[in-house]
Amino acid sequence: MAQDPPGTEDGLCRLSEMGRGQRGIVAGLHPDGHEDHGVGAEEMERRLLEMGFVEGARLAVLMEGLIGRDPIAVSLDEMRVALRRREARAVLVRRDR
Amino acid sequence: MDALAPRTRPLRLALLGNPNCGKTALFNALTGARQKVANYAGVTVERKTGAVALPSGARALLVDLPGTYSLRARSPDEEVTRDVVLGARADEPAPDALIAVADATNLRMALRLLLELKATGRPLVLALNMVDIAERQGLRIDRAALSRELGMPVVDTVAVRRRGLDALLEAAEQAALAAPAPAGWRPASAEALRSLHAEAARIHRLAVRPPERPDTWTGRIDAVLLHPVAGTLILLVILFLMFQAVFAWAQPLMDAIDAGFGALGGLVKATLPDGLLRSLIADGIIAGVGSVLVFLPQIVILFLFIILLEDFGYMARAAFLMDRMLGVAGLHGRAFIPLLSSFACAIPGIMSARVIDSRHDRLTTILVAPLMTCSARIPVYTLIIAAFIPDRQVWGVIGLQGLVMFGLYAAGIAFALIAATVIRRVFWRSAAQPFLMELPSYKLPSLRNVAQNVLLRAQIFLRRAGTIILAMMILIWFLSSFPGAPEGATDPAIDYSIAGRIGHAIEPVLAPIGFNWQIGVALIPGMAAREVSVGALGTVYAVAAEGDEVAAALSPTLASHWSMATALAFLAWFVFAPQCASTLAVVKRETNSWLWPGVMFAYMITLAYLAALITYRVALALGGG
Repeated sequence: MAQDPPGTEDGLCRLSEMGRGQRGIVAGLHPDGHEDHGVGAEEMERRLLEMGFVEGARLAVLMEGLIGRDPIAVSLDEMRVALRRREARAVLVRRDR
Repeated sequence: MDALAPRTRPLRLALLGNPNCGKTALFNALTGARQKVANYAGVTVERKTGAVALPSGARALLVDLPGTYSLRARSPDEEVTRDVVLGARADEPAPDALIAVADATNLRMALRLLLELKATGRPLVLALNMVDIAERQGLRIDRAALSRELGMPVVDTVAVRRRGLDALLEAAEQAALAAPAPAGWRPASAEALRSLHAEAARIHRLAVRPPERPDTWTGRIDAVLLHPVAGTLILLVILFLMFQAVFAWAQPLMDAIDAGFGALGGLVKATLPDGLLRSLIADGIIAGVGSVLVFLPQIVILFLFIILLEDFGYMARAAFLMDRMLGVAGLHGRAFIPLLSSFACAIPGIMSARVIDSRHDRLTTILVAPLMTCSARIPVYTLIIAAFIPDRQVWGVIGLQGLVMFGLYAAGIAFALIAATVIRRVFWRSAAQPFLMELPSYKLPSLRNVAQNVLLRAQIFLRRAGTIILAMMILIWFLSSFPGAPEGATDPAIDYSIAGRIGHAIEPVLAPIGFNWQIGVALIPGMAAREVSVGALGTVYAVAAEGDEVAAALSPTLASHWSMATALAFLAWFVFAPQCASTLAVVKRETNSWLWPGVMFAYMITLAYLAALITYRVALALGGG
């Protein structure tokens, strides 16, 4: 999806930067422009979409792993999904205040 | 045979759905014990089929397709699902109707797959499974709206209570009468996925009212089980219990099986006249098959745990907790289950590597799985430890023998992680695959369903024991029996056999690692199954004992014939090699090539040799000669 990269815009952050208990709404997917995921950016975007990371989905970080607070478990609408922070970088979130 | 009478052939129905939607439970409920498991040609994806009697009296063949989130396949399992649905497999005609299974409490996810399935044009029925849990949560689903929007009949089912089965089959039979619509499915682009999401969300809003009493248990249980510290400790306790069960509870049963085969062999020896036939039946077939069947209790208990934990929803949590540790080796959390299974036997471990969707990760996991200490190594470890390691306490509480055993296990795990890291570097330098995994809601496992799945695993193991392993056993019996000892020979007969000659021939190669020719001879039958080397050592050292007593009688013999350095080198050797022939055969089947079993054999035997060499030299230097 053609969107400006995150950073300056108000309240927008990457899922990888969120900590336990924080919530928000998926604002976009940006798999390109950073680390290689072992699959292409387009494939990464489709995998995230297939797991339910779609614009407008509500999410909350439920739990963090022991080492390096990685991976993370998030609730995503009615589901729960586990992913690594590396993959979570691709998910832009509009955080709740 | 179906092709000869196309009109009267049984109806073909296929079950498919998201992972964790209760599809396998529904398959078990519909087919009962009438299931057949085989492999799809060319790939190693399980093909589960069963006969079903339809309410009309006709018969149908039901296929259980691997679970998937999308028809855009990423793993071999998902490819099979896609190809069968699209009618693209030569060995599996397109089903007359598809039964899509959806978890009623997680409909949104299912709706997207359903919309994709609709695009294939196949006649479809929706089984709204686990409606009892949905009702308990006060989740209202408007079936009429759902059916109208999706354009397919919707039937309520509770697979584990066998509710709604007849209605489902009736609807499927009706649906199968319709001609398939033209197929218009194409792999979805990201944009197409977004519009599928939007359409699924629209139908969801229309047909589903949010639950009045949402499931809070999953969140509460996860607060403990996924907790970085508490969750990890609980995982360790579960693993400990599992090993305790696999090794302690299975023992009486294993002893019974062992005694049974011993008695059977004795009976044959008592009734048949001395000769080749008697030796083939008693020493080759009965002893050989017995030595494999003895692992059945361990495999059943291991699978009981794995299936229980899987059905409860815990396995995904274990993968979450272990992800970082396996990540060090470039693997991800999902590799945990295959590696865990490999502690019982590398064969089920390698087979369960199918859950890994990336080919590279899957191959890496398969290649290192045999480094996990399988139960067949236990008799060898026990024998050597009992003979050489003094039975005393260290630091007051810990037994030295147990400590050595633990060290051997730990060495296996450590080297599996190291080997995985190296393999990834040598064969493919690609970045680690994405780790993205659903954490399903917790559910109470249905005992009936668990029992059925465990029985199926036992059946698969028995079939293998009856075919390839039996053949290997006969081959090894042949190598160790021919040619027979000459008249008036004083040395044990195996000395004169082909195996004995090979043992002598490889002695110069084995000398640097402290192995004598007797060990060389024992290593050859050890290729059939590692624990057979114990029996073979018994034969070479001409220990006059049968069955269980071999190890007990062998212990003092070995203690007087081998140096400490040799014994330790022998243990080190067994940490790495030699993998049994059936493991290599399974790797060949799973990877569909001789390359990977070749790579596995080469790297493990090299490691074994080096480990034994280093151990032997170090032990000699420390005065263990």
